[in-house]
Amino acid sequence: MIKAILVFNNHGKPRLSKFYQYFNEDMQQQIIKETFQLVSKRDDNVCNFLEGGSLIGGSDYKLIYRHYATLYFVFCVDSSESELGILDLIQVFVETLDKCFENVCELDLIFHADAAHQVLDELVMGGMVLQTNMADILCRLQEQNKMQKAEAGISAAPARAVSAVKSMNLPQQLRDMKLPDLPQAIKDLKF
Amino acid sequence: MALKKVKGNFERMFDKNLTDLVRGIRNNKDNESKYIAQCMEEIKVELRQDNIAVKANAVAKLTYLQMLGYDISWAIFNIIEVMSSNKFTYKRIGYLAASQSFHADSELLMLTTNMIRKDLNAQNQYEAGLALSGLSCFISHDLARDLANDIMTLMSSTKPYLRMKAVLMMYKVFLRYPEALRPAFPKLKEKLEDPDPGVQSAAVNVVCELARKNPKNYLSLAPVFFKLMTTSTNNWMLIKIIKLFGALTPLEPRLGKKLIEPLTNLIHSTSAMSLLYECINTVIAVLISISSGMPGHAASVQLCVQKLRILIEDSDQNLKYLGLLAMSRILKSHPKSVQAHKDLVLACLDDKDESIRLRALGLLYGMVSKKNLMEIVKKLMVHMDRAEGTLYRDELLTRIIEICSQNNYQHVVDFEWYVTVLAELTEMETSAKHGRMVAAQVTEVGARVAEVREFAARECGAMVARAAAAPPGPASKEVLYAAAYVLAEYCREESVMRESVSGLLACAGTGGGAMRARAVCVHAALKLCAHLLRNYEARNDKDAAINIIREALAGLRPLLCSEDMEVQERAHNATALLSLVLRRLSPDDAALTGTAPPSGPLPDAILVEHDQSNGVEKEEPVEDVNGESSVQSFSGGLIEELVDLFDGELKPVAPKAQKKVPMPSDLNLDQWLSHSRWSSDSSSSEGEAEAAVFAPPPKDARPTAQFTPEELAMLREARRQEQANNPHYLKDDSPRSYQQDDVPIAEIALEVPLQVHTKRSDKYLISRESSSKKKKEKRTSKKRKSKKDKPSSDSDSEEEVHVARPAVAEGGELPEGAAPSDDEPAAPPDDPHRALDLDLDQPLREEELLSSRIHHYPSPESGLLEKKPKSKKTKSADKSSGDKPTKKRKEKKTKQKTVNLMLPEVAKEVDEALLIEDLSTTNGKKPTKDNDVADNDAFLVEPHTKDTKTEKHKKSKKESKEKESKRNKSTKKGKHEKKTGYEEALGISTPSKEVI
Repeated sequence: MIKAILVFNNHGKPRLSKFYQYFNEDMQQQIIKETFQLVSKRDDNVCNFLEGGSLIGGSDYKLIYRHYATLYFVFCVDSSESELGILDLIQVFVETLDKCFENVCELDLIFHADAAHQVLDELVMGGMVLQTNMADILCRLQEQNKMQKAEAGISAAPARAVSAVKSMNLPQQLRDMKLPDLPQAIKDLKF
Repeated sequence: MALKKVKGNFERMFDKNLTDLVRGIRNNKDNESKYIAQCMEEIKVELRQDNIAVKANAVAKLTYLQMLGYDISWAIFNIIEVMSSNKFTYKRIGYLAASQSFHADSELLMLTTNMIRKDLNAQNQYEAGLALSGLSCFISHDLARDLANDIMTLMSSTKPYLRMKAVLMMYKVFLRYPEALRPAFPKLKEKLEDPDPGVQSAAVNVVCELARKNPKNYLSLAPVFFKLMTTSTNNWMLIKIIKLFGALTPLEPRLGKKLIEPLTNLIHSTSAMSLLYECINTVIAVLISISSGMPGHAASVQLCVQKLRILIEDSDQNLKYLGLLAMSRILKSHPKSVQAHKDLVLACLDDKDESIRLRALGLLYGMVSKKNLMEIVKKLMVHMDRAEGTLYRDELLTRIIEICSQNNYQHVVDFEWYVTVLAELTEMETSAKHGRMVAAQVTEVGARVAEVREFAARECGAMVARAAAAPPGPASKEVLYAAAYVLAEYCREESVMRESVSGLLACAGTGGGAMRARAVCVHAALKLCAHLLRNYEARNDKDAAINIIREALAGLRPLLCSEDMEVQERAHNATALLSLVLRRLSPDDAALTGTAPPSGPLPDAILVEHDQSNGVEKEEPVEDVNGESSVQSFSGGLIEELVDLFDGELKPVAPKAQKKVPMPSDLNLDQWLSHSRWSSDSSSSEGEAEAAVFAPPPKDARPTAQFTPEELAMLREARRQEQANNPHYLKDDSPRSYQQDDVPIAEIALEVPLQVHTKRSDKYLISRESSSKKKKEKRTSKKRKSKKDKPSSDSDSEEEVHVARPAVAEGGELPEGAAPSDDEPAAPPDDPHRALDLDLDQPLREEELLSSRIHHYPSPESGLLEKKPKSKKTKSADKSSGDKPTKKRKEKKTKQKTVNLMLPEVAKEVDEALLIEDLSTTNGKKPTKDNDVADNDAFLVEPHTKDTKTEKHKKSKKESKEKESKRNKSTKKGKHEKKTGYEEALGISTPSKEVI
């Protein structure tokens, strides 16, 4: 069983966290912190397995991690998982993210943690590996996103437009325009 | 309506969405918490709105904040609202939030039951998939109970995606609701042979998780897995299967024998390292379980070790680590084959990777022998010096002690060397915890190895002197506890004793409150004084005796008002005893007046008087016993008495001795101890009884004065006996013998090392290498001795170099008749898997069938969906019970369905013959086509014949008839239950009537 999947950056800031065993929020943060401290101390050319963390699951517990550029991908697993298998799984996860985001970087995970969660949900379910074939995962994701797009349809267009405007680095004055009055004006319209 | 929608959209455009929130947090790095608090307020406002889009946006933001550590459990109701939206987009947001923040004990989870059921049965597979993924994170007992049937239904969905997820989900259901395991198991078994590899893999995954904790219940699945293993090419699944076999082989050695060949083939053929590694692991498990006597056993071990060597030599650190890990597994059963690769393991000790070093350290345990122990420990000591991380350092220390002390110090030849190593480990000042470990070793070596006691005592003396000179570190403080004891108990060298008394007392004064060694130091000092005094008395050296007492009293004086209760008490005791002796030696000594503390209300006079009177009482019989000696003694036998206080040897006690002390047969704990007295008291007047409590005991209550020498000797013997039976005393088998004249005394290792970088313990290694000649002499003498002492101690005859080692007392004291081996099983931890320890081969009982909860939650869609899979379930049971050609099975699939649909129409209890009759009459009544009737008839006969066929099939398989008949009964019963279960489900929708 996979007990938890954590993604954090080189400074220990969480970018994605998924716990398959319940911990309250404080405990989750503590686990992330401890895991970061264990992992960040290690050189890049040492092995990717770590024992000695004490927070999850006691003795039958191992950290398997990979370090990509600014991000650490850490899987906390028990002895029923194959170490090398999990390493491959992390690779599949990252490659899938890469396909979804087109050259994934930390910023993608920061702004689209929900999308990353969706990828993860197709990979692992309830702590057990669901699918390891990347093509299948991508296909499932595309189908779901298509559904979402179909639902949004035309009614989402204005929202998309606004978020596009917001995403542009407009000067502050422009953003401070009294746009929010607009709905009021519409409300006052009488048909 | 449309306007409202547009309006809502417009309003929403200007709410903060998730991106804005993230950007805002990044822009407000300085006052992040303030900004988030502000956002939380906004979210709360948004959640109050009716628009589901606004709510979903708010929930998405909450999910992000949850990741940052903010509690969002207050929004559980809103999350459920979003989850129940009809739109997939919002559902996704809701389920994500739920999976991140809900847990089994969340309140309001009951609200989700129907909603989740609806989602599970949704037309779109992704909605159902989403519900399954979410549910897997927060399923509770109630949810599992209520939804088990729906999830089981999904296990036979036409969509592989859903089957896969449902199979995985079932594991979570089992964990929360163990009653579901037995009814669902046949279906799970069926999924092992699903046409879709993903579903197959999921089923394997679930069975592996189940079997890991309760392997014996899944042995019957071994043939299925064996087939999968030899046919599948999916590495991920193969790894799981092979891991599962690793768990099963210890229970069934025959399985192991069968496995070796295909596993060996895989090892040779596979290119995937992960698979190779797991194969090796399972082969190791097999080898451990069959141990020996199998053809090709040695070859398999050799193959594993060779492959592991390749892994360890690989430049990939991961493979190296795993290779060492697997090596340690082989080590337990085949230490010889691993020892051949000692060079490799030792090389790994120098690896830059701490994980690998730790693994290599673990392996060292099995690598040491008498020959190389010193060498290896020396290497580890060098590492100790260099190690920066405390984790590695602590591990090193633990390992050094472990490999030296393993198997009752099997590999330690020279205990003086070992004591020196312990002293050096103390000097390294690790943590208090590890200090305690060293301390335990010092005590143990002292207690078990009589020959090294002198040396250990000397070494401990040095340790005490060091601690007295400078405040000790955390580890030394702990070791001091043992050092003081060993020093006082075993030291017989006058100069060392003389020097140590003041050192011990100085130690007792320092160290702070947390040092438990302080009281022991006081006691040890008194002990040493007593032994010294006896020596002086024997030499009639009164001045030396007076000097030592004066010195001790001076040392004790500051301790009389120590802040530590125990130190204070022991200091008072010691002062009183010593001043008693001093009074006898020189009645008006200056030190005597000083014994009373300055502010002292301490009743000096009374204490002395009391002691003196005691002394006088004791003295007379002693003089009677050994008349001449006491005439000589200047203390009048008082010192002899003092020494007697510390007489008797403390021996090691077995860990469970206390528990094993037998209850005396005449002891009745329920009986009043002095019933008669109370009853007599109650008869007398109240005032009298009260007075009796405070009245001084009658004079004849203290018979000590009247003891005759025989009585005294008897009492002493009784006390010895009592001590021997008392588990609180450390004991040894051999009688106490301090005057061992044959102790080989090596040169004293107390001098300060001249070279900074060599360890004191190194000289043992050097001397051992260089002076082999000298050793030979010693060896012969020692050999004879060790043989005489303990013939079984050197059982390791294959060892090339026969180095005799001192006798080591084994085991510990136990009450008579108690064996150390019969230990109680450890209490199993509280584990959800314990509830899943169910016998899966037993047929289902009626009450076990998962009652479909549809009765309680009527909903038309779910009812319709229920009907199809139920019939499939019956079919699956048939399929699994009989091994029929697939062709026939397919044929039957369709037929069976119609038959089963009819069955409920007929009475439940009727047997099959009746059933035919009944149905034929109904058919006759109904105006149906002829071929239809014929068809129906054919179906009705079919199951009957099929049943007999399966029985026959089973007959050939089963050995005993008795078992077989039982089986038949049970299969029939099982079938019958299936029918009833089916009817129950059918009760809602009534398709059977339509058919007829």
